[in-house]
Amino acid sequence: MNWQLAWPEIALAVCGMAILIFGVLWKGRSNAFACSMLTAGAFLLAALLVLSQGGGLGYNGLFVVDPFSSYLKLLILAGAALSLILSVDWNEREGFQRFEFPVLMLFSVTGMMVMASASNLMTLYMGLELQSLALYVLAAFNRDDARSSEAGLKYFVLSALASGLLLYGISLCYGFSGTMNFADLAKAAANPAGVSPGLIVGIVFVLVGLAFKISAVPFHMWTPDVYEGAPTPVTLFFATSPKVAAMGLLLRVMVGPFGHLLPQLQSLIVLISIASMVLGALAAIGQTNIKRLMAYSSIGHMGYALIGLAAGTTEGIRGVLIYLVIYVFMTVATFAGIGAMRRNGRTIEKISDLAGLGRNDPMLALILVICMFSLAGIPLLSGFFAKLYIFLAAVQVGMWTLAVIGVLTSVIGAFYYIRVIKVMYFDQPEAPFDRRPASLSFVAVAAGLFTTFFFVFPAPIIGAAQVAAKALLG
Amino acid sequence: MMYAIAVFSPLVGCLIAGLLGRSIGGRAAQGVTIGFMILAAICGVTAFVENTWYDAEQETVPLLSWVVSSTLHADWALRHDTLSVTMVGMVTFIATLIHIYSVGYMAHDAYPVYRFFSYLSLFTFAMLMLVTADNLLQLFFGWEGVGLASYLLIGYWYDKPSACAAAIKAMIVNRIGDLAFVVGIALVFFTFGSIEFPAIFGAIEQHQNDLYGLFGTNFRAYEVIGVLLFIGAMGKSAQIGLHTWLPDAMEGPTPVSALIHAATMVTAGVFLMARMSPIMSYAPYALAFVAVIGGTTAFFAATIGCAQTDIKRVIAYSTCSQLGYMFVAAGVAAYQASIFHLFTHAFFKALLFLSAGSVIHAVSGEQDMRKMGGLWRHIPLTYTMFWVGSLALGGVFPFAGYYSKDAILEASYASGTLSGMYGFWCGLLGAFLTAFYSWRLIIMTFHGKPRADHHVMEHVHESPFVMTGPLILLAIGATVNGFVFRREFIGEGWPEFWRGAIVITANNHVLENMEHLPGWVGLAPTVAGLTGIALAYLAYMFVPSIPPAFARVFRPIYLLAYNKWYFDELYDFLFVRPTFWLARNLWQIGDATLIDGAPNGMAEIAAGSSRQVVKIQTGSIAVYAFVMLIGVVLLLGLYMLVR
Repeated sequence: MNWQLAWPEIALAVCGMAILIFGVLWKGRSNAFACSMLTAGAFLLAALLVLSQGGGLGYNGLFVVDPFSSYLKLLILAGAALSLILSVDWNEREGFQRFEFPVLMLFSVTGMMVMASASNLMTLYMGLELQSLALYVLAAFNRDDARSSEAGLKYFVLSALASGLLLYGISLCYGFSGTMNFADLAKAAANPAGVSPGLIVGIVFVLVGLAFKISAVPFHMWTPDVYEGAPTPVTLFFATSPKVAAMGLLLRVMVGPFGHLLPQLQSLIVLISIASMVLGALAAIGQTNIKRLMAYSSIGHMGYALIGLAAGTTEGIRGVLIYLVIYVFMTVATFAGIGAMRRNGRTIEKISDLAGLGRNDPMLALILVICMFSLAGIPLLSGFFAKLYIFLAAVQVGMWTLAVIGVLTSVIGAFYYIRVIKVMYFDQPEAPFDRRPASLSFVAVAAGLFTTFFFVFPAPIIGAAQVAAKALLG
Repeated sequence: MMYAIAVFSPLVGCLIAGLLGRSIGGRAAQGVTIGFMILAAICGVTAFVENTWYDAEQETVPLLSWVVSSTLHADWALRHDTLSVTMVGMVTFIATLIHIYSVGYMAHDAYPVYRFFSYLSLFTFAMLMLVTADNLLQLFFGWEGVGLASYLLIGYWYDKPSACAAAIKAMIVNRIGDLAFVVGIALVFFTFGSIEFPAIFGAIEQHQNDLYGLFGTNFRAYEVIGVLLFIGAMGKSAQIGLHTWLPDAMEGPTPVSALIHAATMVTAGVFLMARMSPIMSYAPYALAFVAVIGGTTAFFAATIGCAQTDIKRVIAYSTCSQLGYMFVAAGVAAYQASIFHLFTHAFFKALLFLSAGSVIHAVSGEQDMRKMGGLWRHIPLTYTMFWVGSLALGGVFPFAGYYSKDAILEASYASGTLSGMYGFWCGLLGAFLTAFYSWRLIIMTFHGKPRADHHVMEHVHESPFVMTGPLILLAIGATVNGFVFRREFIGEGWPEFWRGAIVITANNHVLENMEHLPGWVGLAPTVAGLTGIALAYLAYMFVPSIPPAFARVFRPIYLLAYNKWYFDELYDFLFVRPTFWLARNLWQIGDATLIDGAPNGMAEIAAGSSRQVVKIQTGSIAVYAFVMLIGVVLLLGLYMLVR
């Protein structure tokens, strides 16, 4: 039994429990800060372990390590680490600096990494639930705030429904094929014509469960409310790592066990993709809260990423993987900017509150401008290349409709992104924000630089995505 | 080298005054531009003198490679032949005097004066580029540069709506001619495979029977080129049809009018005809067209001049008319006479305009002759200058205009062609009218009882020396140029003088025939001129009731002349209004409604759908769960359908 394959996950879990004990025992004034730093260290350790790993199948086929899973895990860890850095100062200013926060994040990340390595429906479910359970708590972490509690509760209830559907789908798959192992499922579904309806229902239910996690339309309803209610660093966390993990899992399931059915599943993915892009573009127009705006923005971006899956080729998968990296970094930079929106110690979230930022804090305004242009897909910024690779893949397999709709919704989307810029520079200026902490500036600048200069040296990421996509498709 | 200095020093002056004028101040800017202009004039006039009397070598000065595209070559170069040198000498000399005169004239102007001097130098430079061009593209560069500078200068008082309108009018009317000119250049390239003068002129013989087919017609290429180039010349030289901008151009300061009307701009068209003489000479029908248009303009502009009351407008129409004479000469292939008249006209027209400026200066900006009168005692020098200019313009012996205008009329008679005869009779009538309106102007302005109010009369004073000095120099030129240069330009010395710069066909003996005309032909212009002068004295000095009576009895004719033959009204009705109507419709219906409507409508749809889409986002978990389940059913149904 090749149990060393799970080293990063084991290390993370052990660290998590150790930090928990440390946090309980050490009653220092800044134990939350210490725990956060230790968690960051654990993330770093896990990343090193992931990098040093070989590949293979372990735990009797339950657990797989390949370039694809490593790619996802590194991205998950990066997103989580950046969110963690942002949360330290935020939690302190909001007055809920508790050592449980980083620990919950750490457990959630552990779950996501398991998801990335799942090669069995059971592993899949276990990873999914582990990350979800921690996320429920995180969403409601500001427990004195009604909106935060509401966000946690809503996410919990709807997620439970989605989990129920997923679990039901898994049971149907098992019932009609006699296996939960991805490789065996692939064999069972090798002849698309002879697949029993029960298995198909099961597959669709699994698809729905995962679509809920990436908040694709019509399973997106929780997203705006949870994004708005949850504390900003948690929202950022929601927007990055779980999305990466769930999207990765969706890719693996769709091209792995159900790969032979992909041509048939394609129409479903196309439908979800179009619905997500259109809703993401349209619904964001009327928003006044910037976090809600970002919620719809993320829905739209997941729609774009799904185009790559719909294409189903190596280029398509590669496009999705590149998209995820770029999406994570531009989202991080944007949320760093949102995290700086604080006046007289109180957080503010209205888009109109950004008025005058161009004059009051030109540096931050510049980063937000870069983010908004990048999210809108303006050339030379990374967001443009993300869309480029996706549309390229779609066009290569002749999915013109999808590409054209994608371009059109980008145009509509550009409106509300650019409106944010207009508010910052041209509206009647308001009072300046509070001084932004160094950690926030660090995160914003790092992610902003990546977003701006991706085009200078994209080869490592494209190359890694290529290897990962090849590994997935075999 | 000297030649290049003559051409480029105005540019240097223009750049220094224009770019640094704000920091070095108006006075320094004046000094700099005038300094460079004087340098240019010294070089230019020296080159002209060397060429005329010392047979200096003629060598094109290459400067830079400009356009090299397949077989299309155009280089910056300064062509050095008699035609160019004559123009360079004349332009630099007169432009310098106008620069100096402007110091006095613009002294009380409200605007920073460096801009004015910078534009003046730019104008001069553009004209010099035009006349020294060695290919049609460089010529066109100068051509457009002149157009630009004239636009800037006519609209110099940019807060005056009439000045802006006049500037735009000059620009647009010139555009029409320029279009034909550009097409003409293209056709030259099409025919000769080159736009460089040496290449074109060297290949005249072998292409003379080329045909140009368009829409089933087949014309000789030379005829088409000739007509197109002439239409371009009509725009710049304000020939009938495209002349409407010239009288309005006096909205600019008076020195500008002098520059436009004398040395630069309007003479460009005449110069073009002479420059392209190798082609024109082989295009008899195009030449006939030129002669007819020229003759018509000479006559028609003169009639208008008789009825105008604005002192500058009268002189403006006289320019228009005199340009007509030049084209008559060009139209009978007597380019030498054409350039000769251009040369003499430059002096006396600059003299007249600057004298008019001096008058206007004296009467505090008044331009209406009906409010002048009785000025001659107060400003005797200006009065004298006006006399000299008018004698030259009217063609009275021995002033310059006598030689050149006589030559043109004799040449047109001697050509023996129908168009030539038409030009002759128009010119003769024009000569009579020219003399008439010139003395009408003198008498109305300087004689009789003062009609200005006494405040103005108290302030009437002679202009400062900086203004009268140039007048005196020009007056000398207007007096002596005729008999000094007659032999070289059109007399027996012309082949040595022109040295191939002007090409005429072998069977063209117009200049020789001029010597053997019936006696009355040589006498007729003088007689016509003297009659005109006598009539003007009679009508405006001795029997002042004649003009009103004439206007009453021949009311239609008077109105026709007074309203400038209704050209502006006609164009307004035919072109301006329809264009405005079309533009307004394209704007309001085409752009604002249709083109803007589509994106605005789309945006409206997007915003509307946005409001609908977010309605479902109620916040209720039950609704959210319901939507999810609907989604599940939908996906399942779809999957069952498509598999």
